[in-house]
Amino acid sequence: MKWGVHVNYATQKLAEEKVFKDPVHRYIHVRDQVIWDLIGAREFQRLRRIKQLGTTYLVFHGAEHSRFNHSLGVYEVVRRIIDDIFKGRPEWDESERLVVLCAALLHDLGHGPFSHAFEHVFDLDHEKFTQAILLGDTEVNEILKRVSPEFPQHVSDVIAKTYTNKLAVSLISSQIDADRMDYLQRDAYYTGVSYGHFDMERILRVMRPREDQVVIKQSGMHAVEDYIMSRYQMYWQVYFHPVSRSAEVVLTKALHRAKELSLSGYKFSYEPRHFKTFFNQTFSLADYIALDEGIVMTYFQEWVHEEDEILSDLCDRFINRRLFQYIEFDPAKDYRKLAELEQLFKKAGINPAYYLVFDSSSDLPYDFYRPGEEGERVPIHLLMPNNELSELSRSSDIVEAISGKRRTDHKLYFPEDLLTQDTKKKAVKKQILQLLLGEA
Amino acid sequence: MLQEHAKIVQFITLAGEVAGRKKLQKMVYIAKKMNFPFQEKYQFHIYGPYSEELTLRVEELCNMAFLSEKMEDKGSYVQYTYACTEEGRQFLSTMTSHHKNLDHCIERLNIKSSRFLEMVSTLLYFDHLPRDEQIEKLHVVKGKLNFSEKEIEEAFSFIEELQTVITC
Repeated sequence: MKWGVHVNYATQKLAEEKVFKDPVHRYIHVRDQVIWDLIGAREFQRLRRIKQLGTTYLVFHGAEHSRFNHSLGVYEVVRRIIDDIFKGRPEWDESERLVVLCAALLHDLGHGPFSHAFEHVFDLDHEKFTQAILLGDTEVNEILKRVSPEFPQHVSDVIAKTYTNKLAVSLISSQIDADRMDYLQRDAYYTGVSYGHFDMERILRVMRPREDQVVIKQSGMHAVEDYIMSRYQMYWQVYFHPVSRSAEVVLTKALHRAKELSLSGYKFSYEPRHFKTFFNQTFSLADYIALDEGIVMTYFQEWVHEEDEILSDLCDRFINRRLFQYIEFDPAKDYRKLAELEQLFKKAGINPAYYLVFDSSSDLPYDFYRPGEEGERVPIHLLMPNNELSELSRSSDIVEAISGKRRTDHKLYFPEDLLTQDTKKKAVKKQILQLLLGEA
Repeated sequence: MLQEHAKIVQFITLAGEVAGRKKLQKMVYIAKKMNFPFQEKYQFHIYGPYSEELTLRVEELCNMAFLSEKMEDKGSYVQYTYACTEEGRQFLSTMTSHHKNLDHCIERLNIKSSRFLEMVSTLLYFDHLPRDEQIEKLHVVKGKLNFSEKEIEEAFSFIEELQTVITC
């Protein structure tokens, strides 16, 4: 047995199976004591206070679901794969069961409040925080160590994709993994959109373990096509929605402003106690764990009343959804126009560092190796009737059509109301509007 | 506002040209680990540190015609070589981006093989670990490349050399 002397805890089952009611998978089933204890850990409970889709709720009002829901969902998908599909198959090493279940449950543990914006402003990486929580002085680490002293490191390695067993890694991180299968369905459910749905039951039934990755029986190809197209549509209809990006731009700029003010010695009327160590890069793991979206929103509510006009305005915009307007922007053609706009904004008394923002979104729906290229994405392989493997896009015309094709979208965000409603410096503002919107 | 784009154009301008997507990925990663301020986020993908953001940035810069991408058929594989274009030089002239010793760092990186840089970047990815564990990790994640003890020793010496160069 792999986990040595602490075997009892590793295999200990609850007296009765516990279930969580879930709108996507109907029920999340927990039988292992370790999993039950991890769910109760304070670092895992913190995920209830971090929304899965950040600012998307400002566009799709139902998208208030948390990373807690999603983490339980990923755990449930992996549990079903290994307990119902892989169990007893010679390619699957049953001693990896617990480490994979824990990795599935804990894979998003390091996400902070409004993850993307927060990481950008404070130059953080949620994956590093996931590692730090797993390996540091935390309740989660305490629980994992009870399995064996090395167990926290093994869980961390699966999540970091540096674990020896690549099949275990691929269940959580690959082009068809439990993480994606859960978030697509969950985000579709909570946003209320009709994309994002696919036949997961069918995909699970046709999954087979191989040495380095999960493969799909050829008969399941059409279910996988549906999954890839669902993902494509969700990215462009939900995840990259321009208004949700606008909210993220405003949020990011508000945090930037608070940081700049703090570093320049500005006297806040509502002291940013929770952010101080992030502003000066002296934060500890405990500081990070203490943060959640409730705290960020509290500061934003308070900062609406700050004397600094930029911070006050940006916070008000975020809280009251007075977001930036946007236009399509081609940086190749228009980079000189951007420099001109920056100058005009300054002339108009509007700080372009906070009020003129270039933002790009990009997605590659599916990719396969090409000769001579680094294979960063493990392709999806079909298991053919003759037992050979065939890369998906060789068999699927639909997947072939979108393979390796990146779609990118550039936008320029700005506060239209400041240019149209404020009557100061009218002539310059008119010039700006002309450049941005082509208005006379 | 396009500062991050400018940094990559400058990087490739200083290199002259960079032969291979993998090589470019690893060069920027190593420069970043040497504290040059590249913002592209790296993650450990199945075979080493890799930045989706850098891939995207380079694609964009090619679309913007600031970088040229030359595809060469090398028989068993295809190699992509990147260089700065005249438009790229014009773009760079409108931006301010200078980092002391970046040119020396790039010069040393660009003469190394892609395989060597892959090993160096992987060792750097695990630089929070003691040396023996770094090496163990290298063998786990790059098992198929069979790096020899001599090569690994060279990689560590190279990292020290880079660290000396950037602090001069």
